[in-house]
Amino acid sequence: MRLYEKPAHVLHDMLAQKEITAAELTRDVLARLDETEGQVQAYLTVTRESALAQAEAVDKKIASGEEISFLEGIPGAIKDNICTKGTKTTCASKILEHFVPPYDATVMEKLRAQQPVILGKVNMDEFAMGGSTENSAYHPTHNPWALERVPGGSSGGSAAAVAAGSAIWALGSDTGGSIRQPASFCGVVGLKPTYGRVSRYGLVAYASSLDQIGPLARDVTDAAHLLNIIAGHDEMDSTSSTAPVPDYAQALTEDVKGLKIGLPKEYFTEGMDGDVEKTVRAAISKYKDMGAEILEISLPHTAYAISTYYLIAPAEAATNLERYDGVSYGERVDGEDLVQMMTNTRTQLFGEEVRRRIMIGNYALSAGYYDAYYLKALKVRTLVQQDYTEAFKQVDVIMAPTAPTPAFRLGEMMADPLQLYLQDVCTVPLNLAGLPGLSVPCGYSSKGLPIGLQIIGKALDEATILRAAYAYEQTQSFHNDMARIGGND
Amino acid sequence: MKVTKEDIANVAVLSRLSVSEAEADKYMGQMDKILTYMDNLSQLDTESVKPTTYALPMQNVFREDVVRESLDREAALANAPLREDGYFKVPKVLEG
Amino acid sequence: MKYETVIGLEIHCELKTKTKIFCGCETGFGAEHNTHVCPVCLGLPGVLPTVNKRVVEFAIKAGLATNCEINQYCKFDRKNYYYPDLPKNWQTSQYDLPIAEHGWVDIDVEGEKKRIRLTRIHMEEDAGKLVHSGTNIKDSASSNVDYNRTGVPLLEIVSEPDMSSALEARTYMEKIKAIMEYIDVSNCRMEEGNLRADVNVSLRPAGSTELGTRTEMKNINSFKSLEDAINYEIERQTEVLEDGGEIIQETRTWDPERGITLSMRSKENAHDYRYMPEPDLPPIVTSPETIEKFRSELPELPDARRARLEKDFGLSDYDAGIITSSRAMAEYYDAVVATGADAKLAANWMMGDLLKNLNAEAIDISKSPVEAERLGEMIRLIEKGTISSKIGKKVFAEMWTCPDAPAKIVEDKGLVQITDTGAIEAIVDQVIADNPKPVEQYKAGKKKAIGALVGQVMKQSKGKANPQMVNELLAKKLDS
Repeated sequence: MRLYEKPAHVLHDMLAQKEITAAELTRDVLARLDETEGQVQAYLTVTRESALAQAEAVDKKIASGEEISFLEGIPGAIKDNICTKGTKTTCASKILEHFVPPYDATVMEKLRAQQPVILGKVNMDEFAMGGSTENSAYHPTHNPWALERVPGGSSGGSAAAVAAGSAIWALGSDTGGSIRQPASFCGVVGLKPTYGRVSRYGLVAYASSLDQIGPLARDVTDAAHLLNIIAGHDEMDSTSSTAPVPDYAQALTEDVKGLKIGLPKEYFTEGMDGDVEKTVRAAISKYKDMGAEILEISLPHTAYAISTYYLIAPAEAATNLERYDGVSYGERVDGEDLVQMMTNTRTQLFGEEVRRRIMIGNYALSAGYYDAYYLKALKVRTLVQQDYTEAFKQVDVIMAPTAPTPAFRLGEMMADPLQLYLQDVCTVPLNLAGLPGLSVPCGYSSKGLPIGLQIIGKALDEATILRAAYAYEQTQSFHNDMARIGGND
Repeated sequence: MKVTKEDIANVAVLSRLSVSEAEADKYMGQMDKILTYMDNLSQLDTESVKPTTYALPMQNVFREDVVRESLDREAALANAPLREDGYFKVPKVLEG
Repeated sequence: MKYETVIGLEIHCELKTKTKIFCGCETGFGAEHNTHVCPVCLGLPGVLPTVNKRVVEFAIKAGLATNCEINQYCKFDRKNYYYPDLPKNWQTSQYDLPIAEHGWVDIDVEGEKKRIRLTRIHMEEDAGKLVHSGTNIKDSASSNVDYNRTGVPLLEIVSEPDMSSALEARTYMEKIKAIMEYIDVSNCRMEEGNLRADVNVSLRPAGSTELGTRTEMKNINSFKSLEDAINYEIERQTEVLEDGGEIIQETRTWDPERGITLSMRSKENAHDYRYMPEPDLPPIVTSPETIEKFRSELPELPDARRARLEKDFGLSDYDAGIITSSRAMAEYYDAVVATGADAKLAANWMMGDLLKNLNAEAIDISKSPVEAERLGEMIRLIEKGTISSKIGKKVFAEMWTCPDAPAKIVEDKGLVQITDTGAIEAIVDQVIADNPKPVEQYKAGKKKAIGALVGQVMKQSKGKANPQMVNELLAKKLDS
């Protein structure tokens, strides 16, 4: 078994006990990256030299007998919408092709304090708009389990790298499912924390009231440790929570006896793939075996969540993306005057989906349509939130599929944006409510494609969903399966 | 059609995007389909519902009035497409 | 047809905080360009704003000082428009829930009191500055941008269209300036752009209640420009209307060099600001207790101070109005009185020689060559009889160019009043002997004739004789 196949917590112990060196580990993961990258194309930037230098620094520390922190010397990848000082941050857009941030995102500062090995920046849908990573301006990423299929998105590069073994862990961001859905498609664990649990400072904004950074990992234990590192209040983010951060790794027990699990009938929708439904229900029945209580619940406004999300997110995006105008940073396409320069820059350097969402957002915000669309969506958002508030009076967690289907084929969804938007039905409602959600591998489709079980928690109750996921993980071994590159379908 | 050519032209100006004739038709079709779907929201009576702007209820988050280090000018200008004498340089401004 | 003018002002007032409204960069004026900038005020990808607490405090104070209601719930909004001095291409401002609303201030114009209503006060960020290579923005092939001012905190103080002349508008703006200075939230240095106004001017037939079409002039940054621009615009609009034309709603720019306003020819209909709540900044909730605490901490404001000066010191309404019209003036006055100088004399000297000299040389009172302490000492010399009021004028003139203490000037120049009875008596005797005509007239009952004799004595003593003693001695000698 090669080193890249192991989860971080195992590798950490091996490093601490000097069974391996960080340099060996990093070289092995880089070798795996070289083996797979031609087919998977998870990365946009590989920082090979600094990665090896970071590994060697950790080895020196270990050799001198110093203790190491959890992530120290363990190679991981960062979604390319998280600002990394001195390393290009493109958001997979042509408009930021050469943008090098002069500052680190708060999560990067927190990570760097742990001295991990940063392998590079990974692919995504441009500005996190999409669910397949096909909207990257550079290249699509392929699902390591089935190369003709998408890895999901927008954090497709993060999920594919962790699944392929070209990273042990990764950070992604989730605005409407962008961590959980690719985690589900690629057979890894993906956690979207409560809005405000992790600082957004340095995360390039798509939709500010919905965005949240979270980990993608090999298993639940790694996800809990990663959350421990990145969670917490940040004075640079006024929306970050001041609530104390518990030790999420400590919360991982197998005890789910008496846990009340709600199954929202609206999430098991008509369009759902048969394999997905069967697999997810089978996973839920395991909980019953472990002594949990299963209740059917209703989240009656689920049917409106897609409309709400696809008005609020583009409206926020339309303003968030106004700054890309060729004036003080980013690329510029010349024009005879200022307005022409700005217009040429934006028209030529934003991709089609980004332009479409900007147009929808500005339409919803413009005079005459504001009340009918944007304001209406803000009100329905309240109703979606209230659904969860009511539900969580009865249950401790909510379970559902992460996505209605397994990974779809590249190009399959490109023609019809609305069809792709409807794919997000199980993931967007909790972004609207700000709640935490996790996707944990729970089996495969008949074609061998990974399927994820989504576990949704109360605000700031990541500990309970991690515990529930961990308890399930102990009953099977899906999380130990590495993708056989291109093996399926 | 809910979305007119005029809407597309107006929204394009607001978005600082140029939309060609051919694209305008495509946008119109797509946006029309999306906005028609979104009309399902009008089924809901939201007369007495308060809008939600913030994901979680928070208030009064302030910073003390204490100076922090600024970027040095070179770092501030490092990503500029065009610069001149320590300034960001832009083409002529026709409108005020 | 006779027209009446309707004027409304949006005053932008830079707050005197140490740091910008949404980041920790310094606000200081005059720094090297693009050195007071950071990822946040440059609007780099990924940054988030954080609200400077002092800005909110200053805004609440400003609202209370202008009789506004403070909104217990207020929030920030994004005002979207593209301009290169605005890195995010939106200005973080306040839309439907500003910090303060529904206020008023009273102004005095030529003895008439008038109440000007305030629509609202809101907090927002200032924009950067464009530097042009050509003579003006339209002639320049390119512009250079300096973001130092981006994010400097502003209050926008919006009036109702309650003013009807350039003088009223000026007086209103002076009042706002005074109040902002009194509550110490802004330096109000107009030459540095701390205080600027966007002015809306429209005309309507006299007696009509409907508002006419208005034009807006932006960024007027001196009182003179404000008056000149309004007067020009009134004249221009009157001509257009009298020629049967129509006023176009537009933004015009005031050219102080040529003394005219010019159309900016901007596409007004392209300004759909698409306001939306700023999701990165939680709302601001201010309890009634907090509001009352701020109210109780407000310093004495111009109107109250004026009334106090009238009541306590017997100053005229006019004098008290001038003295309290700016914080610097009022503080100067207080400092003069604090030396023990007579309050009324202090007012007279300020309204007289001091203001005359300051105005003549266009010096701000805070930089007066005659400091309050020295003026106070000089007034006390008059009160003690060391010098006469007339000599006082000479001493004041000396003090204007010489930093010495007034007592030293009086001594060095030999200006001490002669109070030695013997010395004065000698001059009196000489004058009586030399001027038989007025002496005769006096003795014949024409008591006024004594004036000529007093004048002679003062002249011969080079103004130094104590006038009261001269009067007494002359009367005694002539009556005997």
